[in-house]
Amino acid sequence: MTVLNINRKELEKNLGKKFSDDYLVDRVSMMGAPVDEITKEEIVIDVTPNRPDLLSQQGFARAFATFIGLKKGLAKYTVHKSGEKIIIDKSMKNVRPYTCCAIVRGIRFDDEKIKEIIQIQEKLHVTFGRNRKKAAIGIYPYEKIKTPIRFVALKPDEFKFRPLEYDREITGRQILSMHPTGREYAHLLEGFERYPLFIDANNHVLSMPPIINSHDTGKISNSTTDVFIECSGFDFNTLEKCVNMIVCALADMGGQVYSMDLVYPDKKITTPDLKPKKMKLDVKYINKIIGLQLKENEIKNLLLKMGYGFEGKNVLVPAYRADIMHQIDLAEDAAIAYGYENFKEELPNVATVGEESRSSKLKTFVANILAGIEATELNTYHLINRNTQTKLMNFECEFVEVANSVSKEYDSLRYWLLPSVVEVLKNNKHVEYPQRVFDVETVFKLDKTEETGVREEIHLAAATSNEKADYTEIRQILDYLVRMLGLSYEVREFEHSSFIEGRCGKIIINGKDVGFIGELHPQVLENFGLSFPVAALEINLSVILDL
Amino acid sequence: MEMKKLAEGLHALERKVLPFIKKGTSLSELVEKSKLSDVEVMRALQWLGNKKLVEMQSELREVVELDENGKKYIEHGLPEKRFAKAIETRELSAEKIKDAAKLDDSELNASIGLLKQKGMIAIRPGMIISLTEPGRNFLKKESLEEAFLKKIKPGKLSTGKLAPEEKFALDNLKKRKGIVKTGIEKNVVASLTELGEKVAKEKISEHMVDSVTTAILKSGAWKGKKFRRYDVSINVPQIYGGKRHFVNQAVAYAKRIWTDLGFKEMEGPMLNTSFWNFDALFTAQDHPVREMQDTFFIKNPAKGRLPDKKLVDSVRKSHESGVCGSTGWKYKWNDEEAKKNVLRTHTTVLSSRTIATLKKTDLPAKFFAVGRCFRNEAVDWKHLFEFHQSEGIVIDPNANFRHLLGYLKEFYKKMGYPNARFRPSHFPYTEPSVEIDVFNAEKKEWVEIGGAGIFRPEVVYPLLGIDVPVLAWGPGFDRMFMEFYEIKDMRDIYSNNMEQLRKMKYWTK
Repeated sequence: MTVLNINRKELEKNLGKKFSDDYLVDRVSMMGAPVDEITKEEIVIDVTPNRPDLLSQQGFARAFATFIGLKKGLAKYTVHKSGEKIIIDKSMKNVRPYTCCAIVRGIRFDDEKIKEIIQIQEKLHVTFGRNRKKAAIGIYPYEKIKTPIRFVALKPDEFKFRPLEYDREITGRQILSMHPTGREYAHLLEGFERYPLFIDANNHVLSMPPIINSHDTGKISNSTTDVFIECSGFDFNTLEKCVNMIVCALADMGGQVYSMDLVYPDKKITTPDLKPKKMKLDVKYINKIIGLQLKENEIKNLLLKMGYGFEGKNVLVPAYRADIMHQIDLAEDAAIAYGYENFKEELPNVATVGEESRSSKLKTFVANILAGIEATELNTYHLINRNTQTKLMNFECEFVEVANSVSKEYDSLRYWLLPSVVEVLKNNKHVEYPQRVFDVETVFKLDKTEETGVREEIHLAAATSNEKADYTEIRQILDYLVRMLGLSYEVREFEHSSFIEGRCGKIIINGKDVGFIGELHPQVLENFGLSFPVAALEINLSVILDL
Repeated sequence: MEMKKLAEGLHALERKVLPFIKKGTSLSELVEKSKLSDVEVMRALQWLGNKKLVEMQSELREVVELDENGKKYIEHGLPEKRFAKAIETRELSAEKIKDAAKLDDSELNASIGLLKQKGMIAIRPGMIISLTEPGRNFLKKESLEEAFLKKIKPGKLSTGKLAPEEKFALDNLKKRKGIVKTGIEKNVVASLTELGEKVAKEKISEHMVDSVTTAILKSGAWKGKKFRRYDVSINVPQIYGGKRHFVNQAVAYAKRIWTDLGFKEMEGPMLNTSFWNFDALFTAQDHPVREMQDTFFIKNPAKGRLPDKKLVDSVRKSHESGVCGSTGWKYKWNDEEAKKNVLRTHTTVLSSRTIATLKKTDLPAKFFAVGRCFRNEAVDWKHLFEFHQSEGIVIDPNANFRHLLGYLKEFYKKMGYPNARFRPSHFPYTEPSVEIDVFNAEKKEWVEIGGAGIFRPEVVYPLLGIDVPVLAWGPGFDRMFMEFYEIKDMRDIYSNNMEQLRKMKYWTK
């Protein structure tokens, strides 16, 4: 979600109508952009990633005007031929292979418009451009540029120019270390031997994408009327959409769109191409998906509300829409135009048999049995500190490590469940004893035979703590649980470093080794700062499921 | 009637004490008369006080009691008495008297001083001592001091209520070593209130039954008798029982709703390859959601294996050039990116896995899950790195958007939200996409709950092999139980504070 601030007065002026707060909040939300805040001056909306074309005052106004019926159908844009050229050097091939360009003339730039155009550029950079990785946009005062322009890659020490808001010329390499924007995006050029540049016929550097424009030739001012727009990156289709979104917004501001000829080493392309894409309208499919029986005409009217046009049976998809891949996208827009609030919900009569999973059922049985003997069920995180499940428990194991946890203390996935339970006892030292607790949850074990290299098991851990907590007490709990589950078991002598030697056993159910039981070693109690004895058990319930 | 009930509700101890309470009756008096212990009388007074039958006051007073020597003298007589006794019939030397009367030096000297002062003895040179007439009289009757010692022998006595001669004796004794000791003591006195007086006049049966014991059941001694009335409105100490965690109670309820609606529970791992968590759900490999900051990646093992080639190729095609007439995302899909292990970011991964196991003949089918998901976030009052989603899919050739809204509406109605509304939204894997709001009747506001939609053909076709509408949803679940349990701070969900767990109400929806 990207937040966009819309100038409400500008919008109302543009659409020639005043709206109430309630109306705006309702209609804008039902168009698909939730309203965060509304004041007399501003409407703050969230724009979803599929609609970057809404990320401008103009783009939003365009969509809203048709949605509420002030306008209808496709917004038409004309592209004039300029014949101006940009030559893409073959050195670009492995650096930043594509660019897509346009010229827009006749806009009187004032502070408000400059602000708007910077906003469009920034919002598209962050979203559609994936922080300039996928697409970087440059907008330049056309009067300061002499065509043809070259898009060429040079060694970082072989050129110099004055980057935006900097006091002198520096080399490409210096920009990445000295200029704040250079530092912020330096990672995008890391490892390249040559840096991409737009250079005009006067041999002035216009910019070094995707980093920064020149201060001299790459900054729009109040006297600018014509702009050169380029978008560079790795996927031509993306760049084309991006340029289309920008020029349509500028055209809505009153500009005239002119094309540029892109001369690639192996081909020539003229952009922008603002002709709508044609798509067949599948009335049956749309009705089937949205569950209505609309006539072709009705669906056409809905799509006109969403800014589409028609040419016979074909839908005309606006050139600024980047999200229409399939008929289903038209179905959604038809549904939005119809109004989600106008759909009559239906609970269909489909006979299927509901059932809980076996492991869910077993979890419930175990939890209910233990709750019946006055044990309290816990609910703990799957992430745990590595020391808690090893050092503090006086136990060694190979666990699954998390790569990038923001909560630094949770840096591993639990290999076993008992540490989580003992940690709970530690956090409840001030609470009245006796304390009898259990937890039934997932643990993670390294296992190369699994798809992910990790096997997940459902474990039960139970612990009892009071002045006299001992082996007998926990063994009684085990005994009750296993009997109530209708299973038989035995306990064999076992050594486990978390437990007192000679007071620990291995639990065998129906011949299968399922876990262990015993009195926690005083060293472990001390590690956790516990002052009452603890007797505990852990059982792998997944084994029981397979019995 | 009221008085009678009150009277019948008196505990045995209260019944024993009440008759002796007048105005300002002291605790010691009540102990003496009721033949109960101090503690029992105090308990009875407290209960009577709670019932407003008795008012208690406590005062500070000076008390006197026997000291070490005093206890000895009350047994063997005061030293001066023993002295006089020794010379009743003959005169003796001081030395001899000391032996005969079993006195120590200080007692001997004190006796001589005292008797001589009162003219009760005569002393000849050589310390030969004989008894005088007043001395003989002294022997014949009990002294004031002796009488006083006798009086305080049973226990402490308040000095405030002494007769003049007793006061005189006390002053004398206080001057002597170790005979009496005085101290300040808190004295409890009880008086009947107006209500108390009325209740005391009620006939209280001696033979009230206090508790039903095995003995009286066996003997039938309860027959024909009244049982003491209890104050049933009284507060009692709290107890707690074993129980399921409150979150699991809510989860169990949600599961029940889905099974009632004919949904089967899905299962699957929490740790998945990105293939299942993202790629199979048509989430482009450069989508921001796949970036480090939102997703928990695994350091070891960092990557897993991809499933069978046919499925992988189908997903690849869906991304690169599209299936079912879609254009796809138009980029080069990378196997290695898909192998990255992640902690599931949504339960929707269960849906992609489940659909991949289905055959055409299994349809229509409905599945659900209520499970834990992970989001790499710092923990604070409104953020946790683990949370629940309530997931569902309906794979039905006849399913449509209205059915989607129907299932959701029904679920939220059963969860206690009769008002749910739907807004357009966006997810990479659904189209149309829906955002669900439920109406919080108490706060009178719409609360955003989460997303739903119909899976795109680009998702369904590679997994199932045919293009069938799949209704899908995975809204958050935590918000709903937080509201029910009145939890404001998300950290309280997993704090496992035993006091909280013991006191937390049951899920009763």
